[in-house]
Amino acid sequence: MSYVPHSDVDRRAMLAAIGVSSVRELFSDIPAAIVRDGPLDLPEALSEWEAIRLVAGHASRNPELACFAGGGIYDHHVPAAADHLIRRSEFYTAYTPYQPEVSQGTLQAIYEFQTMICELTGMDVANASMYDGATATAEAVLMAISATRRRQVVLAGHLHPYYRRVITTYTQGLDIELRMAGAGREGLVEPAGLAEVGRETACIVVQSPNFLGLIEEVEPLADRAHEAGALLVCVVADPVSLALIRSPGEQGADIAAGEGQPFGNTPSFGGPVVGLFAAREKFIRKMPGRIVGGTEDTEGRRGYVLTLQTREQQIRRGKATSNICTNQGLNALAATIHLALIGREGLRQVAETSAQHAHYAASRIAELDGYELLHPGSPFVREFAVRTPGDPQAIVRRGLERGLLAGVSLSRFPGIGAPNGLLLAFTEKRTLEEIDLLIDVLRRG
Amino acid sequence: MGEWTPTIFEKSRPGRRGTTVPRPDVPVRPLEELIPSRHLRATSPRLPEVPEHEVVRHYTEISLKNHHVDRALYPLGSCTMKYNPKVNEQMARLSGFAGLHPFAPAEAAQGALGLMHELGELLCEVAGMDSISLQPAAGAQGELTGVLLMRAYHRGRGDERRRRVLIPDSAHGTNPATVALAGFEVVELRSNEAGRLDLDSLRSALDADVAGLMLTNPNTLGVFESEILEISELVHRSGGLMYMDGANLNALMGIARPGDMGYDIVHLNLHKTFSTPHGGGGPGAGPVAVKARLAPFLPVPGVKTEGGSYALDWDRPESIGKIHGFYGNFGVLVRAYTYLRMLGCDGVRETAEAAVLNNAYLSARLEERFPLPYGRGMHESVYSGAALKKKTGVKTLDVAKRLLDYGFHAPTIYFPLIVAEALMTEPTETETREELDRYADALLAIADEAEHDPELVTGAPHATPVTRLDEGRAGRRLDVRWSFDNDA
Repeated sequence: MSYVPHSDVDRRAMLAAIGVSSVRELFSDIPAAIVRDGPLDLPEALSEWEAIRLVAGHASRNPELACFAGGGIYDHHVPAAADHLIRRSEFYTAYTPYQPEVSQGTLQAIYEFQTMICELTGMDVANASMYDGATATAEAVLMAISATRRRQVVLAGHLHPYYRRVITTYTQGLDIELRMAGAGREGLVEPAGLAEVGRETACIVVQSPNFLGLIEEVEPLADRAHEAGALLVCVVADPVSLALIRSPGEQGADIAAGEGQPFGNTPSFGGPVVGLFAAREKFIRKMPGRIVGGTEDTEGRRGYVLTLQTREQQIRRGKATSNICTNQGLNALAATIHLALIGREGLRQVAETSAQHAHYAASRIAELDGYELLHPGSPFVREFAVRTPGDPQAIVRRGLERGLLAGVSLSRFPGIGAPNGLLLAFTEKRTLEEIDLLIDVLRRG
Repeated sequence: MGEWTPTIFEKSRPGRRGTTVPRPDVPVRPLEELIPSRHLRATSPRLPEVPEHEVVRHYTEISLKNHHVDRALYPLGSCTMKYNPKVNEQMARLSGFAGLHPFAPAEAAQGALGLMHELGELLCEVAGMDSISLQPAAGAQGELTGVLLMRAYHRGRGDERRRRVLIPDSAHGTNPATVALAGFEVVELRSNEAGRLDLDSLRSALDADVAGLMLTNPNTLGVFESEILEISELVHRSGGLMYMDGANLNALMGIARPGDMGYDIVHLNLHKTFSTPHGGGGPGAGPVAVKARLAPFLPVPGVKTEGGSYALDWDRPESIGKIHGFYGNFGVLVRAYTYLRMLGCDGVRETAEAAVLNNAYLSARLEERFPLPYGRGMHESVYSGAALKKKTGVKTLDVAKRLLDYGFHAPTIYFPLIVAEALMTEPTETETREELDRYADALLAIADEAEHDPELVTGAPHATPVTRLDEGRAGRRLDVRWSFDNDA
């Protein structure tokens, strides 16, 4: 079925009012050579029930698993009220708030989102969202280049391999040099490996916790960047960690970029999620994306508008700070409502419960024959990598048979150099029973 | 008039809770034993502490200050604010989709990969293209993908001279912004009196330095580029590529295909043509479909099928790379897939026909009072408020604000830049004749008001939650986050 409301009577009346005899006349500007005379090779229309049966059939071929995979997407509980509220038509069927007088709901929610992201990251200002953590990081690199007018970027340590690939894609047409500064034996950035940071460096990019879940020493890296007149971009692919560990802002970062999925958004095969972008106030005019600001109406009442729009493509066109237009508004709203529901203490509990689960499992796994933590001396929050005695992909496959997603095989990422590595993440949703099952799957190798 | 709603932070009281969290299900150790104390945060983020019911009331209350498609016509031009079918929302939330982790092995993601593969084929058929990437998260990211494809294609042929991309003066702002981001130079082309790309302007710009032409079709005036075959031939003859911004595909679906017009690359806005909701600014999805000769350069991973099962395809050595952190806005793809399967081959064509019919009907009702300098468009028309302004002093901005009082959203205004006092209006196919009449009546009433009581219009809106907001003040006195200064 289509969603066209017209009856034949309507259609005739409308054609008469227009002064044409057929709908096809309205298409007369299209050269006949390219107008199709037959239908497209598409399936026949389905009724709603037939469509539901079809699509649910697809969904049923993705088994539901107890999830121990992370790597930038985490399986947290989203409170029912958060999903209920984002299903309100007022939110999800609205457009970008270009007419602020009838968009105060969306605008106020974004203002609250910006505030929460500033609180989490310890930064001064945040935008209304980017597509995801990877593209937020790529935009942070572009902003650092524009702010410093330098062209070299140092990607340090275990930055998410997909984020690294997206940065490479985004910068390929620009004259930008990407330098990799690998991680040391402990799985962390080695300051000695940053010898090349110098007068050409626009920024150092460091992720903490890094892709292997390890907490980096960010502050010395910020100092190193600042000594060279460069910026520090701190990447947060696991924002739940911010409830427990020091924020990018506290550690001297100039830009914080990251992923907000665990707040309000299901894994959804990696999208739609919500990219986070925050910075020091002095960089606000260099920031990409939409920003909401408070102001007053003609009666002196408080209200919100999109502000500093001269940074954006709809005004500045070829000279905009970014080409982004549509962002992840509804996902940012979900994050805002989730964070409002869970609150200051609740988020700490989610993080702590996740960390307790992870550390308990780590100690159990370390006792298994043939297993060891990949970096036993380095601190982690709720995600860590282990060295497995056999092929980690085979372990993941065997986990599927037991109803588990038993982590992410690091053999997928040759750059990490841990072909026998398995990356495991824990959330508040996992139970002791599931962890026991995981241990059993690993024991059987 | 609406009441001012305090922020959620002002509703916070220490010790209140909106939801509860499971306790650890394992033996618990002190946090300091798990994480070295030098890494621990001294103060927790000041997230609000509000009971669930109050959170629900807060966001319900502010939501009521929004205009939205489920309330009334939302005629933003080139935004295609059509009805968002409810079944799509239900499908995207199926646990087999919502709960699927992107690192699940292919054998545990067959449903998702199969859906993506099939959606890709359906969209290729609609676009008349050979191959597709579903990865771009929005139209602008689709554009970036497309322009990087141009770059990769030319470089793949050993041609590194092509530094310029041609864009008509009526183009959306993301086009030039994207071209700059991809490292190319923008060359702006004139439109002719008919609102179409000026062929002389194109001919004189085409040379061996041109990577390609980005051309929305129908263009942002809603006008079909009827010389498209000549344009494609000229561009191809000079070695360039044809890129279509698919923002306006709703006018063409099932009737004419970009691939048959000579385009090599097109991005499709699933959040426009394919009914997925705009969500107050996103998420969208901007798949990029291409002709076979560009397929090797598409982003990784794609989705491949072999022996009846599906897998991610990372084996594209000439790929421009990865453009999204994972595989794109999958939840949006589920919605678009549901929509396309329900429409089927006939529904796709009916949709385009009704979109054009609705716009023609609305244009017939309005054009006497609001002239169309470039004529009636296909799915959208760009009216000019210049005559009204000259006669009454009432600007397009005022007309737009007054429409809000009548319970409608305003059209896109002051765009495209080549129409004075522009009102770019796209009703979409899902509006009834009665709703179009209601909207036309409102605009005509406003034109009368402008003549008889101009201050009523210039002072509008009057019936909205707030009146006109001081945007200058917002830019001068930056207030972009709650300050907490007044907290006890």
